[in-house]
Amino acid sequence: MLSQYPQNCVEFSAGHLLHKLYVLQQTYLHISTESMAQVAEEFELPVSQVASVVDFYAFFYQKPVGRYHMLLSNCTSCGYQTDQHNLLEIICRLLNVKPEITRPDGRVSVGETSCIGMCDHGAAMLINGVPLVGLNAEKLAHITHLISENQPLSCWPMEWFRVENNIHKQDVLLNEHIQPGSSLKKALAGDAQRLLDIILHSGLRGRGGAGFDTGRKWQLCREAEGKAHYVVCNADEGEPGTFKDRVLLQSYADALFEGMALCAYVIGARKGFVYLRGEYRYLLNHLQNILKRRYEQSLLGPSILGKAEFSFDIEIVVGAGAYICGEESALIESMEGRPGIPRIRPPFPVTHGYLGQPTAVNNVETLIAAAYVAYHGSDWFKAMGTEQSTGSKILSVSGDCRTPGIYEYTYGISVQQVLSDCGAKNAQAVQIGGPAGTLVAKKDFSRQISFEDLLTGGSFLIFGAHRDLLSVNQNFARFFAHESCGFCTPCRVGTRLLESSFQKIADGRATRQDIQEIKQLSAFVRRYSHCGLGHTAANHILDSLQDFSEAFDEKLVQTSFTPSINLDAALEDARQITRRDDADAHLE
Amino acid sequence: MGYHAMAINQNTLTIDGKDVHFEQGQTIMDAALAAKIYIPYLCHYPGLPPSGNCRLCVVETNGKSVAACITQAQAGQRIHSNTPELNVVRKMITQMLFVEGNHICPACEKSGNCKLQAMGYYLGMHEEHFHHFNPRRALDASHPAIFLDRSRCILCDLCVRASRDVDGKNVFAIAGRGADAHLIVNTDSGKLGDSNLDRNDLAANICPVGAIMHKERGYVSPIGQRIYDQQPINEIALGEHVPEHKERDHD
Repeated sequence: MLSQYPQNCVEFSAGHLLHKLYVLQQTYLHISTESMAQVAEEFELPVSQVASVVDFYAFFYQKPVGRYHMLLSNCTSCGYQTDQHNLLEIICRLLNVKPEITRPDGRVSVGETSCIGMCDHGAAMLINGVPLVGLNAEKLAHITHLISENQPLSCWPMEWFRVENNIHKQDVLLNEHIQPGSSLKKALAGDAQRLLDIILHSGLRGRGGAGFDTGRKWQLCREAEGKAHYVVCNADEGEPGTFKDRVLLQSYADALFEGMALCAYVIGARKGFVYLRGEYRYLLNHLQNILKRRYEQSLLGPSILGKAEFSFDIEIVVGAGAYICGEESALIESMEGRPGIPRIRPPFPVTHGYLGQPTAVNNVETLIAAAYVAYHGSDWFKAMGTEQSTGSKILSVSGDCRTPGIYEYTYGISVQQVLSDCGAKNAQAVQIGGPAGTLVAKKDFSRQISFEDLLTGGSFLIFGAHRDLLSVNQNFARFFAHESCGFCTPCRVGTRLLESSFQKIADGRATRQDIQEIKQLSAFVRRYSHCGLGHTAANHILDSLQDFSEAFDEKLVQTSFTPSINLDAALEDARQITRRDDADAHLE
Repeated sequence: MGYHAMAINQNTLTIDGKDVHFEQGQTIMDAALAAKIYIPYLCHYPGLPPSGNCRLCVVETNGKSVAACITQAQAGQRIHSNTPELNVVRKMITQMLFVEGNHICPACEKSGNCKLQAMGYYLGMHEEHFHHFNPRRALDASHPAIFLDRSRCILCDLCVRASRDVDGKNVFAIAGRGADAHLIVNTDSGKLGDSNLDRNDLAANICPVGAIMHKERGYVSPIGQRIYDQQPINEIALGEHVPEHKERDHD
């Protein structure tokens, strides 16, 4: 049966620049300039393109990492800074290693990385690319021991690598597993226009956060002229605090591939791609197995379910650590083997996407919902939710609550209800939609999850009363400075300036004047950046300044101006050179 | 309103209240420059494909801020460009570019010929305002005629496009993410000396700042008699275009 699995799929997988670089990284623990030159020759690309790709993605290194390479998440939920400990400091001390610098014996390296989507599993890391969850000081000591004994990962306790679904509340999507092929059977009984009408009528909107009308997107793509049309599933959920796609890919992948095939039927695509975030590479085999079975079941490949004119293949492209690739045009750039820098829009991917051809890029959850709509009909779907937000939304709930995990609700649910359901008794605020979303203060917990009110891709980060919101803001500011692609000045420089402003507050050197600066800078980055990353990077700051200004005030110095550096410390070099340390050689 | 609507030709928009004619397919920047209206820019160069990275050419239309160099001109568009608010924004962007690199004008051979400096003067920038990043970026002196001082690079991408689209050589690229973004050279060694860059290439002469410099040619014209010492950037920019013979080379 293997022969039915299309050869070009395997070839493509091995032949994708990102995959090739991944293999080199795994084999040699880094990608040398010699390797880059060879890859450039093999792929017939300028060596500068290969170098810029290696430089852009976080999981490629130009200097060797350790044989045990650990990347601790720095997210506020699955990150190394827990209430009790700084786990990054602990592991570095235990292993006698500095962050981002490989130990001289080459055995270990430790670094940090943006959220790896394990927020319902406590602190987590990627070790040699595989998630290891539930970190604490004790486990780190155990890990240190295993490393000192040179134990291969396959001999480490299995349960450390067990990723659970943690589904705590199911509604229409999660309750049901539709039989593979059943939506397709129904859809293929009619023509593509009929299926499109059903999707249009259902009111289904994109679940990634922006909420564009899915039927409308498919229609625009269908109508766009091109040599070929493409379906792309955006499985690059990188918004800190989001992990619902992880669960959907783990347990609902059949419905996802079904949704992609339905989209292909509507827009006239013969090829689709799943762009899987590098952090979820551990799901690749599982997804490939399901694809293989679907080929065997004639749910993919030539003449799907016997319909001669309908052929559709799906391939998986795995990213390599870049939040920006969740932006659809950056994702397409990445698929084409370049750094994930957002394109100039318009034109939009629906008309000029992958290889310049009409491309429908949809979120994992959206495509699954589409499969359910095709099966149950649009009236069924429309009956749920609110007027402009039909159907259900899957939330990734994490932070200060009793039962973090997956919660599915029909749209219109209040923040308060979610908090009650997950056992968050003492929340002072919830960050909805991740750092790029909205910070909702306690007084606004009656607000609802919907396109009319609070948009979200699914991240629902709860901050209990004990949390220092300033450090949360600082964490988010660091995140955006780290993930900015660097293309445009406002975002590249602005996010870094914001990051250092928060450092200044944390250092106790900021004044009221600095808060004015932060406000101005935030508004500037929001308005003048090139893409959505910059447009949303300062949301958390502006929200916090509005509702939690006291958290800032407490840290301010009561003078009109304080320099960002310690002036006395800055004189140290001069003191040493002149060999003075008397009172007059000090400012204070 | 009716009178105004009638006056709008199919291919006319307004910039700061002035009617501007444009050709189908032109950007707002193209239309403005053709009408001899200056919109500040650093990463643009007429005759090269636009990039949209510096953001100095930000204009307001329909309540939205867009980069003029990458936004298609549309009939009836009412564009605001030379407003006090936008010039404050442009000054902020210029200040950001200054602090991001090491721009020490008095010690730089490019002084007077430098567009970043000229932009600072044009926008009335008296200080950098933000704290300096003081980056340490690699210098490349391996080429016999040209040297690269990356610490003065503003990542405008002009050399990348000039080399690729006009010189037909593809010598440069930008690599790295966010704050780590930097100019690289398209050779196995990454060294400029191993490239086929020629001192007469457009890419070797288009750098708006002091990042791509010619060796052995210091202070040919004295400070005070250089391009922007004589004429402000808003006037120089209106005559700027990729030389026609260069464009032909590419064809």
